[in-house]
Amino acid sequence: MPEARATVSPGLHGFHGGLDVEPRKAPACDRPIGEMPLVDEYVLPLHMHIGAPAIPVVSVGDHVRRGQLLARPDDFISAAIHAPTSGVIKAIEPRGLPHPGGLSAQSIVLAADGEDRAADPFPPWPDYEDKSPVEIRSRLREAGIVGLGGAVFPTAVKLATANPGGVETLVLNGAECEPYISCDDRLMQEAPETIIRGAQMMLHAVGAARCLIGIEDNKPRAVEALQAVIDRLAAEENEDRFAIKVVPSIYPAGGEKQLIRTLTGIEVPRNRHVTDYQLLCLNVGTVANSWHAVVEGRALTERVVTVTGGGVAEPQNFRVRIGTPMAKVIEAAGGYTEGVDRLLMGGPMMGFALHEDEVPVVKATNCLLAMRPVDRDPAPAPQPCIRCSRCSEACPADLLPQQLYWYARAQQFDRSHDYHLFDCIECGVCSAVCPSHIPLVQYFRHAKTEIWSAEREKAKAEHARRRFEFHNERIERQKAEREAALAKKRAAVKAAQEKAAAEDADGDKAGGKAAKPEGEEKSTAAMSIEAARARAKARKARVQRGEASSDAPPANGEASDSPERPGGSS
Amino acid sequence: MKFPVQTSPHVEAPSSVADVMTTVLWALVPGTVAAIWLLGWGVLINVLLAVGAAWLAEALMLWLRARPFRPALTDRSVLITGWILALCLPNLAPWWLPVVGAVFAVVVAKQLYGGIGYNLFNPAMVGYVVLLVSFPEAMTRWGAPIEDGAASLSFAEALQWSLFGVLPGGMAFDALSQATPLDQWRMVLTQGGEVAGAGASIWQGGGWSLWLNLAFLAGGAWMLWRGAIRWHIPVAMIVGVLVMATLLWGIDPERFADPLFHLVGGGVIFGALFVATDPVTASTTPRGRLVFGFGIGVLAVLIRSFGNYPDGVAFAILLMNLAVPLIDYYTQPAVFGRKGRAGAGEEKGS
Repeated sequence: MPEARATVSPGLHGFHGGLDVEPRKAPACDRPIGEMPLVDEYVLPLHMHIGAPAIPVVSVGDHVRRGQLLARPDDFISAAIHAPTSGVIKAIEPRGLPHPGGLSAQSIVLAADGEDRAADPFPPWPDYEDKSPVEIRSRLREAGIVGLGGAVFPTAVKLATANPGGVETLVLNGAECEPYISCDDRLMQEAPETIIRGAQMMLHAVGAARCLIGIEDNKPRAVEALQAVIDRLAAEENEDRFAIKVVPSIYPAGGEKQLIRTLTGIEVPRNRHVTDYQLLCLNVGTVANSWHAVVEGRALTERVVTVTGGGVAEPQNFRVRIGTPMAKVIEAAGGYTEGVDRLLMGGPMMGFALHEDEVPVVKATNCLLAMRPVDRDPAPAPQPCIRCSRCSEACPADLLPQQLYWYARAQQFDRSHDYHLFDCIECGVCSAVCPSHIPLVQYFRHAKTEIWSAEREKAKAEHARRRFEFHNERIERQKAEREAALAKKRAAVKAAQEKAAAEDADGDKAGGKAAKPEGEEKSTAAMSIEAARARAKARKARVQRGEASSDAPPANGEASDSPERPGGSS
Repeated sequence: MKFPVQTSPHVEAPSSVADVMTTVLWALVPGTVAAIWLLGWGVLINVLLAVGAAWLAEALMLWLRARPFRPALTDRSVLITGWILALCLPNLAPWWLPVVGAVFAVVVAKQLYGGIGYNLFNPAMVGYVVLLVSFPEAMTRWGAPIEDGAASLSFAEALQWSLFGVLPGGMAFDALSQATPLDQWRMVLTQGGEVAGAGASIWQGGGWSLWLNLAFLAGGAWMLWRGAIRWHIPVAMIVGVLVMATLLWGIDPERFADPLFHLVGGGVIFGALFVATDPVTASTTPRGRLVFGFGIGVLAVLIRSFGNYPDGVAFAILLMNLAVPLIDYYTQPAVFGRKGRAGAGEEKGS
């Protein structure tokens, strides 16, 4: 069946490499977004976004309603979590996460009561144009909006980083370049106006002048639906800030930096933000949910998830409440087919394999992909690299994967640095084109974690070293202070003694010095008593003057002769 | 439900190393057929002997190294090594010449370095150079092209000559053999004569080496079209040959051969398409490939003009193989965001 394609827009800039992958979006992309029935139990991990885990604001046994706040953001970079339905908080305990390592983490477990009563929404702001960017940001933060394209970065934070330099162009990412995934495609087809309205709201929130919408040419119906809305708004409201850019379907056209390069020709380096170039890039689903949050006052409690692959009976997109166990979502799609042996969260290129399907759908879950062995070629055993450099020809980050692989394998991580390991976006293209079937991306992930852990170790060692040096310094300082005090004491005693000697000797000043050693020897006991008295007197006087210092040694009378303390605090 | 866990991506490459090698093998066919047509059955005998010996040597080494047989023996790379070596050998070579060369190439230059992917030097060229240095006399047993009217041998006669050194009754070796164009040129050069005449010999007798080169070009074009090789190395190498040859020829046309003679009078076309493009031993960056190819071209002409051996392509390739790690390091492409306007001045900050 020849696939319908939209016409690619003229004047695009493209990017290096990439891969012409089989889209495999049908049949899920041809079916409307389905609704999921309520389930008995929802599991909401406190950490399902980039940044700090959220802090629970409910306790076990509390009754909550749909949309009610369950956990608040803990830090600037963090996101709120809301109840997906009404019910009782059953537990706050570690539960399995959708994670490549199969980890568990603290989660709120909600037993649904089946009534699905809604909590009071935030005040709706249809007049959002009267609201300041700060107000809109705080609403997005309250509503738990994060990037739904997969990065789950808190949207309010993204907007905040955009504001200092201002934003000229808002880029809407509807490219959706991974094979199989069609949740954005369906959303653009079914709710194009919500997306455009949301984008208008975002243009206001960041003060941008125009909006480019990037869509791959394999989604002609999405292009059509959005174009219809844009044309209508242009006619009715004189809205002329929108332009759809149809980009060639070359994976990873939907990578943020690849899309920006394609649309604007600007290459954003690894260590710079998109916003440094007066650009802001948001996923279409994020924008739609931002509109719900700001204009309707709805918190983020659901998202569209593509359930697809040869491993499910009836592939389809579903609107899924966050926290729904994945097994239930698979059930809604007709259950598994015979021989399924792999379940992925995300697409086949960048998604990761799940250990089990009892983990919940989280805000990052754009796709559940169930595969049978027949849905992919068997992975032959890796062979040695023949340096054919197909990987570097396909690398969208212009890297040399064959060299990176060499150094990653040899554990020469400093060399990996030289070859820009950290510019790797882990898109998987190199592994997919390798005729030796080497899992290149896996090597790069491993090398990155090795370098990170080495850096952490180094930082730890550095910290310990500094602590040790400071400790030594303090010991030295205290010793010096003690000695200084002692010297002073001796001087005082000597002065007193000399004075006494002078008085005793009837003005024989010249003999004083010569007599001193004897005198000292003679009356050591008397002198120490004298010194102790003088010390006590001095202390009393100091206390009376009110300048008792807590950390100075008691004998250290005048602060002026204590050595300068480096570092300041102890 | 529980699942075994694999890492992404969850699609597999449509091609394999064996596919790449098969493309190269097919690309060798037109040139080989042309060589047999023009130079006689001895070429085919060389190919069969070298390929067989290379394959057996690979199997033996895998067994000694306790490595799995299957992947290495089915990736077909060893067949290419033997085949390429055979095409460099004289068509009246004795049987042990291709065998010794192939065994040395596979055992020392390939397997002792760790097998496919790990060899620093092109194995076929190592084998060829070892033969050239060790058996100079045997390496000059070139039979005259059949077209030139010289007596030709049937397959059985050629085999008999190869295995036992026996020619059919009444035939003398001298009646069959003829110096190659490069040998002629070298002879003239060392004897202080003018090369203009020697250079012209190529164009005489129907220009057989032209046809041979065209056949190799056809195979190379097919490899390019199939994506088995990239254009950079062959083009840069040919440019290197032309630039260096033109330079020398411009300085003293009486002493140095003209650029076209350099291009078709030896192994330049064959080397540029089939040997220098061996991915394992070549540079892997686009700019590095240009440097690598150009370097081979320049060195090949220099070695031909000033060295002791008639053809310099093999030595030039081996010398540039040595330089590959260095070339690769200094010709890394600018990574995403570090080139053009957006990336200007970024490197300092990172």
